[in-house]
Amino acid sequence: MLIRHPPDIKASEITDHQLYLNRRAFLLGIAAVALTPSLSIGAAVLAGDPLKATRNKSFTVEDPPTPLKDITTYNNFYEFGPNKGDPSRLAHTLKPRPWTVQVDGHVARPRRFDVDELMRLAPLEERVYRLRCVEGWSMVIPWVGYPLAALIKRVEPTSKARFVEFTSLLDPEQFPGQRKGLFSFASLEWPYAEGLRLDEALHPLTLLTFGLYGQVLPNQDGAPVRVVVPWKYGFKSAKSIVRIRFVSEQLKTTWEKAAPHEYGFYSNVNPTVDHPRWSQATERRIGEFRRRTTLMFNGYADQVASLYTGMDLRKSY
Amino acid sequence: MGRRTRLLLKAVVWGVALLPLLLLLYRAATDGLGPNPISYATNLLGDTTLRLLLASLTATPLRLLFGLSWPVSVRRLLGLFAFFYACLHFTVWVAIDHFFDWTQMIADVVKRPYITVGMAAITLLVPLAATSTAGMIKRLGAKRWRRLHRLVYVIGVLAVMHYLWLAKKGVTDPYYYAGALALLLGVRLWDWARRLTTRRRQGMPTVNRVGTIQRSITWEAGGYRGSKLTRRHRASCD
Repeated sequence: MLIRHPPDIKASEITDHQLYLNRRAFLLGIAAVALTPSLSIGAAVLAGDPLKATRNKSFTVEDPPTPLKDITTYNNFYEFGPNKGDPSRLAHTLKPRPWTVQVDGHVARPRRFDVDELMRLAPLEERVYRLRCVEGWSMVIPWVGYPLAALIKRVEPTSKARFVEFTSLLDPEQFPGQRKGLFSFASLEWPYAEGLRLDEALHPLTLLTFGLYGQVLPNQDGAPVRVVVPWKYGFKSAKSIVRIRFVSEQLKTTWEKAAPHEYGFYSNVNPTVDHPRWSQATERRIGEFRRRTTLMFNGYADQVASLYTGMDLRKSY
Repeated sequence: MGRRTRLLLKAVVWGVALLPLLLLLYRAATDGLGPNPISYATNLLGDTTLRLLLASLTATPLRLLFGLSWPVSVRRLLGLFAFFYACLHFTVWVAIDHFFDWTQMIADVVKRPYITVGMAAITLLVPLAATSTAGMIKRLGAKRWRRLHRLVYVIGVLAVMHYLWLAKKGVTDPYYYAGALALLLGVRLWDWARRLTTRRRQGMPTVNRVGTIQRSITWEAGGYRGSKLTRRHRASCD
């Protein structure tokens, strides 16, 4: 069997020269947009359109990014189907514009945001994060977004807010995986619900994400807006979000409801706590031949371990 | 069935059974295995093993239900191909997926039920493959050989469990395999129950302790099963 050895620098990593030259012009354009509040860019934003952002060096891992083609053709997004080829195959059924996100619950200023407005709430950054799937494979992805904390501060959570609930779109028209079928009983409960503790949601690593690889988020990767929580297994990072609600009690997530002994609320990447059916000690990085050792908190232990001091991570899996 | 027909049938089985391997090799050569080639290869080889195993289990039901005798003539070939793909599936796991990390693999065999049953299934296939020749049937004696090869039912159940237990939620393929296996074993069960009641009605002993004698009695009593055709085929395949 032929095993592909990726070159040190992938073609996909190299910034297109024209784009590079355009950077300045683009920044000027942004400034113009910012100075002209009445100008709307909403209509022009489609999956795959360029989305400019400055790379945040302190949130960029050294590992070479996974090729865009792999990121967009191999992932889990159960709303399209359970197989990893389903999202890219059926991505066209999702309509990411127009789109609104309801932000409510225990907040002083609940609001409904248009996604294009939400995208401009804070400066977009490019961050290269590791992504570890609970199934045992991993990628390195250059995301575009801004810290979720920026949005949270904007809506002013009250003292009652202790958890944040993310709800993904429920629409069997747009998400074939939500349609009733012979085996619906074996699938998940919709809409997809995920959650974070408020301090996790406020952590500077937690990214409200609108793009990847300098492009508007492809439909299959959670368009038009998702979160990325890089120290947790991939399924914790809710996609195609329509509602962000601040609640006082820890919620039951979709995967917890589906298999409570396999998927806990925290689901931090942890090589010492196995999935009941398989080991989490190693992972296969997409594009690599040998398995890698999985890192505690997916390599973000320095930044996030303090969130969990005094907790038994074996129990709070 | 003539010699030539049988030969042709075997050629078809060879062709069909080798197709998944050729597809795998072609995709490997043309960079077509997708983003996770190792997982792709493992799944394709595992799927093919299960399909061939189930195919080899269809011979008897086809004979019982429709009086078809020709499937029996390719049953061994299907079984050996199932073993061949099981070996490839296993080799990919050992040599590519885990790259001879024996400690990790042994720990998995002990700790992970789906790997335990998969391991048991392939282990049990070994004696069946080893005794698949005509010479071995003669050496073991038809009766003992038949009894040994009933292990394939256990292997079928283990293989389906292997898939059911590893599959994540929402993946429905393992249910189809489980359904197919239940059907194939169900026909045998139904036939066995039917024979049992026929025997009872005729006052025959119901426990088959002295197989051959019992069988000849049953034959003579003519209560074994339906048509002459079926009986003849039963005799030829035994």
